[in-house]
Amino acid sequence: METLKFNVNQRPIEIHPVPGEMLSAVLRDRLKLTGTKIGCDELECGSCTVLLDGEAVLSCVYPARKAEGKQVVTIEGLASNGTLHPLQDAFIQHGAVQCGFCIPGQIMTAAALLGVQPTADGDTIRAMLKDTLCRCAGYPTLVRAIQAAGESIQSGAPVKGPALRSASSKSNIGRVVARPDALEKVNGEALFTDDYVFPGMLHARVLRANTPHAVLVGLDVSKAMELPGVIEVLIADDIPGQNSHGIVIHDWPVLVGIGEKIRYIGDALALVAAESRVIATQALELIKVEFDRLPVITDPVLARENDAIAIHENGNLLKHITVRKGDVTKGFAEADVVLEGVFTTPMTEQAFMEPECSIAKPTPEGRMEIYVGSQIPYADRDQIARTLGLKIEQVRVIGTLVGGGFGGKEDIAGQIHAALLAQRTNRPVKLLFDRNESLVVHPKRHPTQIRVRLGAKSDGLLVAAETELYGDTGAYASLGEKVMTRATTHSSGPYIVPHVSVDCYAMYTNNPPAGAFRGFGVTQSAFAIESLLDMLAENLGIDPIEIRMKNALRVGAETNTGQLLTESVGLIECIQKVKSQIQEKVGHDDLFAARRVDGLPNLRRAWGIAAAYKNTGLGGGAPDKSIAEVELYADGSVEVRTSAAEIGQGLNAVLQIIASEALSVPMENVRVLLSDTDLTPDGGPTTASRQTYMAGNAVMYAAKIVQQAMATSLAEKYDVPPKEIKFVEGLAHVNGHAIAYGDVVGLLRAEGRQAKATYEYLAPETQPLGTGGDMHFAYSFAAQAAEVEVDIETGQVYVLNIIAATDVGRVINPLGLLGQVEGGVMMGIGNALTEEFILEEGLLFSDRLARYRMPSFLDTPAITSIIVEHPTHDGPFGAKGVGEISSIPTTPAITNAIYYACGIRIRHLPVDQDWLALEILKKLETE
Amino acid sequence: MNYWDQYLLPNSIDEALGMLHEGKGSAKVIAGGTDLLLDILQSRHPAVDALIDITRIPEMQVVERAYDRIYVGGGTTHNDIVANPLLQQNAHCLVEASSLIGGNQVRNVATIGGNVAHALPAGDGSIALLALDAEAEIASRTSRRWIALEDLFLGPRKPAFEPSKEILVRFRFPVLKAGESTMFQRVMRPQGVAIAILNMATWTRKSVEGIIEDIRIAIGPAGPKPLRARKTEQSLRGKAVNEGTLSEAVEALLEETRLRTSPHRATRAYRKHLLSVLLGRQFGNIGPQRGR
Ligand SMILES: Cc1cc2nc3c(=O)[nH]c(=O)nc-3n(C[C@H](O)[C@H](O)[C@H](O)COP(=O)(O)OP(=O)(O)OC[C@H]3O[C@@H](n4cnc5c(N)ncnc54)[C@H](O)[C@@H]3O)c2cc1C
Ligand code: FES
Ligand code: FES
Repeated sequence: METLKFNVNQRPIEIHPVPGEMLSAVLRDRLKLTGTKIGCDELECGSCTVLLDGEAVLSCVYPARKAEGKQVVTIEGLASNGTLHPLQDAFIQHGAVQCGFCIPGQIMTAAALLGVQPTADGDTIRAMLKDTLCRCAGYPTLVRAIQAAGESIQSGAPVKGPALRSASSKSNIGRVVARPDALEKVNGEALFTDDYVFPGMLHARVLRANTPHAVLVGLDVSKAMELPGVIEVLIADDIPGQNSHGIVIHDWPVLVGIGEKIRYIGDALALVAAESRVIATQALELIKVEFDRLPVITDPVLARENDAIAIHENGNLLKHITVRKGDVTKGFAEADVVLEGVFTTPMTEQAFMEPECSIAKPTPEGRMEIYVGSQIPYADRDQIARTLGLKIEQVRVIGTLVGGGFGGKEDIAGQIHAALLAQRTNRPVKLLFDRNESLVVHPKRHPTQIRVRLGAKSDGLLVAAETELYGDTGAYASLGEKVMTRATTHSSGPYIVPHVSVDCYAMYTNNPPAGAFRGFGVTQSAFAIESLLDMLAENLGIDPIEIRMKNALRVGAETNTGQLLTESVGLIECIQKVKSQIQEKVGHDDLFAARRVDGLPNLRRAWGIAAAYKNTGLGGGAPDKSIAEVELYADGSVEVRTSAAEIGQGLNAVLQIIASEALSVPMENVRVLLSDTDLTPDGGPTTASRQTYMAGNAVMYAAKIVQQAMATSLAEKYDVPPKEIKFVEGLAHVNGHAIAYGDVVGLLRAEGRQAKATYEYLAPETQPLGTGGDMHFAYSFAAQAAEVEVDIETGQVYVLNIIAATDVGRVINPLGLLGQVEGGVMMGIGNALTEEFILEEGLLFSDRLARYRMPSFLDTPAITSIIVEHPTHDGPFGAKGVGEISSIPTTPAITNAIYYACGIRIRHLPVDQDWLALEILKKLETE
Repeated sequence: MNYWDQYLLPNSIDEALGMLHEGKGSAKVIAGGTDLLLDILQSRHPAVDALIDITRIPEMQVVERAYDRIYVGGGTTHNDIVANPLLQQNAHCLVEASSLIGGNQVRNVATIGGNVAHALPAGDGSIALLALDAEAEIASRTSRRWIALEDLFLGPRKPAFEPSKEILVRFRFPVLKAGESTMFQRVMRPQGVAIAILNMATWTRKSVEGIIEDIRIAIGPAGPKPLRARKTEQSLRGKAVNEGTLSEAVEALLEETRLRTSPHRATRAYRKHLLSVLLGRQFGNIGPQRGR
């Protein structure tokens, strides 16, 4: 037996590694040091970084034995004697922590660097951390935090906080504060689902179809059942309840049964629970599968042809979505110029750093508890109960921390499968996806083909827009209809267009399902319209800013769907602010001219601009509701409870701020409990940039009710009118007395009342598409400018600068907002330049992280965030959503800039440098 | 179905060779493991009985100068190469190549020996060493021999020695003299696989008047193995660099390279185009490039 002696966090350790054991497994499984995270198990992401004799190494593919005699430091060992390492301190203060999954890796990689080079500059930091990925992507903030830590190490002085200033010294709204979960996320204590272990827990694996279209004709699991250590193998026949799931339509089989159809490679055929993950994996190989293959459809346009084989019983059309406004024929007749373009966008992948994990745990009372990092806990509960044949009250979903979601954790992943196995075995079951399974299974961004025709008067005023979209929703509906509806309604951009006609076909194919992904369809249509608008501007000899200003939505204007905008439209201000920033940077008025670079004749630089809008909330007539509870305790603390997901965006901080403001208590007295279907009321889905608005409102109103109850009680006791009672910082001032909130709790209880309120917030009513009314209750607006550098010889494109102006209504949480803007911009850069989920006939080429490139520190430009505040009347303190809008204009701003830099129009995403270089060459040859 | 059964940490080459011998073909040398382990984990390489980790063999970590040659141990990590003043002085192209490999964490464990032994046609380290006219010392149980890098590759993933029997101990190449310089460049694709679309390393000796007295050019992927562009070198030798000589050189280069379209990575046409761009840049003094 091999032995391994080494030091971990200065503690001598001696163990006997099993063959094939990696260092990460020793740290996480044996030593319970779960601060070291696994994002990929393939040396790509950096989440698993630890220090080995002071150097940063990746522990996931590092044989444990290789650490013999070495000193290992993990995130848990970085603080000394209870004092945080300056990096940990700086990460908290600067808001570098978002979902937190990558943070241990970031800190350890940075610790190795600062250990030898505390004065490292931005370029050095970016280069040394280039393969430590953060999908929340607050890269600029990460760099600033690392620099602040370096300065502190160098000088011995305390870490300097961020330059960002609070909006006001009086109010908590807009205050620069650290997130409530920042500490646990920098010291390694934060628990994500895979970090939980329960006694007797089994490990599950799922047999996937691995073929895109077929009929399952044979499935033999007997050999797998016989493997020692295998406890249970389940197939479709074993399902007690309904064998399907889906957020909107239940068209996705939980397990494909014999005689049934396989519609994409990720379809589940059998479930294994075993004493270890290794055994479960071996068992999968013993299952015999037979299928009759069917022709594979991967193109949504071909899927719509009459003779196309039907993927679902009702054919391949999920939904034909239309928008009609005015009379486009008349509109085009009035136009002086008509331009048309076809644009395509690829499938892209959320690539949250934390792969999906679910743990199902049966309770002695016969209930089922599911631990999962999910975006919609209540929808999970319904879907699990349905398949298990349980009442919904018998299922409890306990939300764990979510290591990023971006829309990709709205559908069921492993929740139902883990629960089925737990139900059958009566033991806790963990189902962890490896990165490959994560890439295979969850719904992604719709590949979309968009044909737009725009008509304008010679002065640039738009008169007509006609658009046709084909969205590839893959094998199952997921949120496909909703996503493509958003693509359709937003297809003319944030502009006034009197005559509009849009047809969108959301088509089933045999590709992996497409569903929610930050931007929700608008990312795709914005690329098309913003590109064509620039082409139109050029055609008319009008400046790209001017054409946008001229047509911009404003108060009093009507959207595509005929909604009259009556307030909170900050678009023009966004565009103006971006313009003056470019002017400042360029130093002259020819803002979009290509510029050369001294001494580097191969480079061209230019700016480009784009604008966008994005709804907050579900809209379209769907009742949008959020319930929150606020409770005051005798110790003066306050608990806020709602089932809304914290997926990195900082919702916990937002709710803490809102509750403290509404109740007039110090922020540190407020705890936020999220996403436990037993303990927290339904906050609805965390989607559509809706939680700041929805949960924010629910919490605000609940807090106000609690305060009213306090006022009533105190008024009676002290015999003063309630309005004479002043609430300040956790104290009620009555008649010269200052009574601590905690003492008011006693008073309320003595009267038989609770110091608690539940509020069900209903968003302003919206109307279905086609009725012409208010389709959404609020919209956020943004304009962004990108400065790119094109290497005209190699076709390489780099983004040097992004200016992002965003109308968010009202800033609640400035650090969280900055994180959303930086992260959104980085995703937009990825969408333009690096990201493409590559499929070959329904099979994955992008089958691991190494084949799906997302932006790293090296792709990070200087990002200037400008916040514009046009409050919306019904938003909490005027706030509306920001999660998606920040990401939408980035891509077209970049592709428009590429055009100004080198004269080549990008019509297909992501930018193909190979094609671009050859196009530039052709162009130069003909000139 | 373990990825490996035994993980051994020998302290000397003889010990390691003995372990390989005992492994009877199912033992394999491992250095950083950044290629080999991923190949095993992702089923491109069968599981092995024993992994023989050579990174604790002092002889294989040494970087030194002896007379007019530089010696670089096969177990030297890319980060050690980057930080080494001797190599910064004498092997700029290798330092540059190593600095571009992976991220910091990978460079802390991945070795130059592993890069070469992995024998990819566009291994960045291999391409740099090829331009340096390096040789590799291969130790077997019975002997040690020096093989010129050009002869070290049989084809993709096929080195001309047997990592289940033999060890690549170290590399050697001449020190850099007055008038000599080296350079390394590569172009990557921002999407998909992170393997160079094209990389190129050169070593040049120029006269005071700027005449190319001697030159070595290495390119990948331009065939099944890292390519020394001998015809192109010949076309440039004895000439001053100008548009005429460069376009002749590009002609020669196109003739002796076998460029392919690799799906999701690059078209042949783009690679052809890049050949001339990169060759031009070897002489054109283009400024620092951004990387990904
Ligand atoms: C994220 C990432 C990025 C990467 N980026 C690049 C890149 O940009 N450019 C690039 O070229 N490569 C890159 N690689 C590939 C790899 O890291 C390098 O090729 C590295 O140098 C391999 O060294 P190693 O020590 O890890 O080799 P190992 O994986 O240990 O070994 C590789 C092969 O060589 C054999 N071997 C190793 N050492 C010896 C020896 N001394 N004697 C005999 N046989 C030996 C092994 O048996 C095995 O067959 C990357 C890898 C990863 C994971
Ligand atoms: S988990 Fe190790 S690099 Fe991703
Ligand atoms: S904070 Fe980095 S991945 Fe979320």
